[in-house]
Amino acid sequence: MCFPESIEEISAAVGIACRHRVPFVARGSGTGLAGGATPVGDPLVIVTTRMNRILEIDAADRVAWVEPGVCNLDLSRSARHLGLHYAPDPSSQQACSIGGNVGTNAGGPHCLRDGVTSAHVLAVDVVLADGVITRLGGLAPDTPGYDLRGCFVGSEGTMGIAGRIAVRLLPDPPAVRTLLLDFASVAAAAATVSGIIAAGIVPAALEMMDAPITRLVEDFVGAGYPRDAEAVLLVEVSGLPEGVAAEVSGIGQVGRDHGARHVRVAADDAERELLWKGRKSAFGAIARIAPDYYLHDAVVPRTRLVEVLARVREIAAAQDLLVMNVFHAGDGNLHPLLVFDAREPGIWERVHAAGNGIVRACVEAGGVLSGEHGIGLEKRDLMPLVFDPDDLDAQARLRDAFDPSGLANPEKVLPRGSRCGEATRAPEGTWV
Amino acid sequence: MSAIEDVARSVERAAAVEITGAGTHCGIGAPVVTEGPLTRVAAPAGIVDVQPADMTVRVLAGTPVASLAAALAEHGQECPLDPEDARATVGGVLACGVSGPRRLRHGPLRDAVLEVRVVTGEGRVVRGGGPTVKNVTGYDLPRLLVGSHGTLGVVVEVVLRTQPRAETGRWFTTTAAPGELRARLYRPACLAWDGARTHVLLEGHAADVDAEARMLDLVPTASPSRPPGAHRGRISVEARRIGALATRLRDLEVTWLAEVGVGTVHVGATDPGALDAARFAASAEGGWLLREAGAPDLDPFGLPVPNSALHERVRAAFDPLGKLNPGRLPIAQVQT
Ligand SMILES: Cc1cc2nc3c(=O)[nH]c(=O)nc-3n(C[C@H](O)[C@H](O)[C@H](O)COP(=O)(O)OP(=O)(O)OC[C@H]3O[C@@H](n4cnc5c(N)ncnc54)[C@H](O)[C@@H]3O)c2cc1C
Repeated sequence: MCFPESIEEISAAVGIACRHRVPFVARGSGTGLAGGATPVGDPLVIVTTRMNRILEIDAADRVAWVEPGVCNLDLSRSARHLGLHYAPDPSSQQACSIGGNVGTNAGGPHCLRDGVTSAHVLAVDVVLADGVITRLGGLAPDTPGYDLRGCFVGSEGTMGIAGRIAVRLLPDPPAVRTLLLDFASVAAAAATVSGIIAAGIVPAALEMMDAPITRLVEDFVGAGYPRDAEAVLLVEVSGLPEGVAAEVSGIGQVGRDHGARHVRVAADDAERELLWKGRKSAFGAIARIAPDYYLHDAVVPRTRLVEVLARVREIAAAQDLLVMNVFHAGDGNLHPLLVFDAREPGIWERVHAAGNGIVRACVEAGGVLSGEHGIGLEKRDLMPLVFDPDDLDAQARLRDAFDPSGLANPEKVLPRGSRCGEATRAPEGTWV
Repeated sequence: MSAIEDVARSVERAAAVEITGAGTHCGIGAPVVTEGPLTRVAAPAGIVDVQPADMTVRVLAGTPVASLAAALAEHGQECPLDPEDARATVGGVLACGVSGPRRLRHGPLRDAVLEVRVVTGEGRVVRGGGPTVKNVTGYDLPRLLVGSHGTLGVVVEVVLRTQPRAETGRWFTTTAAPGELRARLYRPACLAWDGARTHVLLEGHAADVDAEARMLDLVPTASPSRPPGAHRGRISVEARRIGALATRLRDLEVTWLAEVGVGTVHVGATDPGALDAARFAASAEGGWLLREAGAPDLDPFGLPVPNSALHERVRAAFDPLGKLNPGRLPIAQVQT
C-alpha cells in the first residue's frame, strides 16, 4: 500500500508496479459499494487520501481544480462563499473522494436535473497504466479526437488513476423549495414520479422512501415524516422564483391527482434541511434495527417503477428478508436495502439470492445493472445479462487500449472471457 | 434490425468505407482517402420509440434532426442537438461532435446520448451504454463515439435523453459587458457576444424571463446569425480567454460570435487566409480552430490529436483494419 502526495508520486508508484509486473488498484476513501477498490490477489494499493488539496477555484469561470483525495462535500463547502456548488452529491459525500467519484461516475439526489459526475468533469490529469501522465479533456469546450475523458470517467480504476481533476461548479439557485408528499401506497407514490416527469417537470431532486425506512428515519431524526405513510416523496425544485412556484404547484397537483394524503412544502431553510437530514440519515438509521444491510443499485425506466417495486418486495419476501427502499426515484435508480443479521446461519445465501433476483427483475423491465455504484467485482459476472459477447469484446479491447499491460485494477468490471476467444480458466492463485 | 444487419454486412465486405449522412457537415474533418475501392454506407433512418414519460427516444442514426425534433415536439419535448442545418442526420451531428448554441444551459452534445449501437470496422454490431437515463454499466461508449468522426464505428442507432421544452425561450440584446451578464443571469441558455453587443437567450417561465430582462434592460430581438462567409470554423478556447482572443480577432478580416461561458467562438471569413489567421489567434490563446466549411487547403483540425498513441490504440480496438472513414481524423503516426 502506498500514499502518494502528488501526481508524480502516483506515476512513480505505477512505474514501479509496472516494472515488477504487479497489478495496482486505486483507492480513494474506500466507500465504494461494488468492490472496485477491493484488492484482489496481492496488488499495490495506491491510496489518494493524502492528496486532498483544492488547487484552484476560478469563481468567474466556475471551474475548480482538485486533487483526487478531496472529499466531495469539502469542495462544495469551499465554494459556498462564492455562491457556487459542485452538483454531484452522493449520500456518502461526507466521506467519499472526488477521485472515487470520477472512478465510479457517482451520482446523487441532485443529479436528476444536473447530471452525474461525468457531466461535471472537464479535464482529468491521469496516470496511465505505464506511468505516463497525460491530460484527458480540457477546459476548452472541445478537444480534437475522441472523448477519452468521458471514457475514463466511470472506468473504476481500470484505465489509470486520476491525479488531478477539473470540475465545473454551478451557481446556487436563487430560489429553492422542498416538498414532502405522502401516500397510502407505494404504487401511488411511484405513479406520481412518472406523472411529474410526464407533466414536463424535471425537479432538481426526486427521492422516494417506503414505509419501513420512513418510520425508521422518523424515529432517528424526528423530521416530521408521517409514520403511517406507505411511501413518501421528497422533491426539490430550484431556479428562478416564478418557475419554482409553478413547479411547486404542479407537483402538488400531480401528487393529489394520484392520491397524495398531504403535500407539505418546507416553510424555510431550517425545515428544508430537516427534511433532507431525514433522507441523508437513512443508512445510519438502519443500524438501530439490524446490524447488517446489503444495498443494491439498479435502474429501470421510470415508467416501470410501480411494477418493479412490487417485484422487489415479492423477491425479498420469498427469501424471508426485510427490504427497505430509499432511492433516486426521479431517474428510476432503485436502491433496495436488504436488512439482516449476518450471524444468522445461511443468511448470506438468501441475501445473495434475493439480490440476484432483484437485479434480474430490473434487467427484465428494460433496466441496467447499476446506476451509480458501478460494476467492480459485485456485478462483474452479471455483465452478460445486459451485453452480448460482441459488446463485451469491444469493451475489453477498449480497456486494453488504455492498459495494454493489464495491470490496472484487473479482475474488475469485465468478466473473464470477455475477449472473444479468450480462455476462461482462472489463472493459479487468483481470487474468483 | 435487418437494415442494421445490412450496414454490418456492407462494412464487413468493403475494403474501405465512407460513412455518409445528409452532407450538411461535410466541411468537417479531412477528406476520406483510400487507394482501393471505397464503399459508401449510410445509417438507416426512422424513429423507433418515443418515451415521453421517460424522457428518452430511440432513433435510427440516419434520421434527420428535423424529423426527430418534430416527433418530440408532439409531446412538448426536445433534444437540444441544434445543428445549424436541421436536415443533418442525428448520427452525422453526433459523429462530428459539434454542440449546439444552447450548450451553456443544456450541456454538450456528449451528455445527451444514453446508448449507442455501432457497426465496428469488422462489421460487428456493438451496443454500449443503456436505455435508462442513469447508467454506469460498463464503459462509456456513447461519449466515446460522440466526435469520433466515424472512425470508430458506423453509428446506427442511439437512445437520446430528451427534456421538456421551456415554456418560454426568447432572445434579447444588450451592450452590457458579457462577464456581468454571466454573473447576474441565472443559467441563461446562450450569451453570444460579437465584440459590441451580446445576444442573450433566456429560457424558462415567462415571468422569470421578463424579470431577468427588466433587471438588465435587455431588449427583445431576433436570434443572432452565425458569422457569414464561405470559409467558416469554430474556435474552442478556455472561456476565460475569450476577451483576450477577441482583442486578437478584432484586427483580422473575420466576423465572429463568441459563446460566453462556453468558449466556442464561431468565425466566418470571405478569404481562407483570414480563417487561418483566426486559427493563429486561437492558438496564441491556447485554443484551436475546427474548420467547418470552405478553406479546402486549411488543415481541418490544425492541431495534432493529443495522446496520439492512446488514440491510435482506441481506434484500432474498434477498427483494426482502418476501414472506417480512413483519413478523416488524422492521428499522428506513433514512433515505436
Ligand atoms: C452510505 C453510503 C451511501 C452512498 N451513496 C451513494 C450515492 O448516493 N451515489 C453514489 O454514486 N454512490 C454512493 N455510494 C458509493 C460510494 O460512496 C461512491 O461510489 C463513491 O464515488 C466512492 O468514492 P471513494 O472515494 O470512496 O472511492 P473508492 O471506494 O475508494 O473507489 C471506488 C472506485 O474508484 C476507483 N478510484 C478511486 N480513486 C480513483 C482515482 N483517483 N482514479 C481512478 N479511479 C479511482 C477505485 O479503484 C474503485 O474502483 C454510497 C456509499 C455508502 C457507503
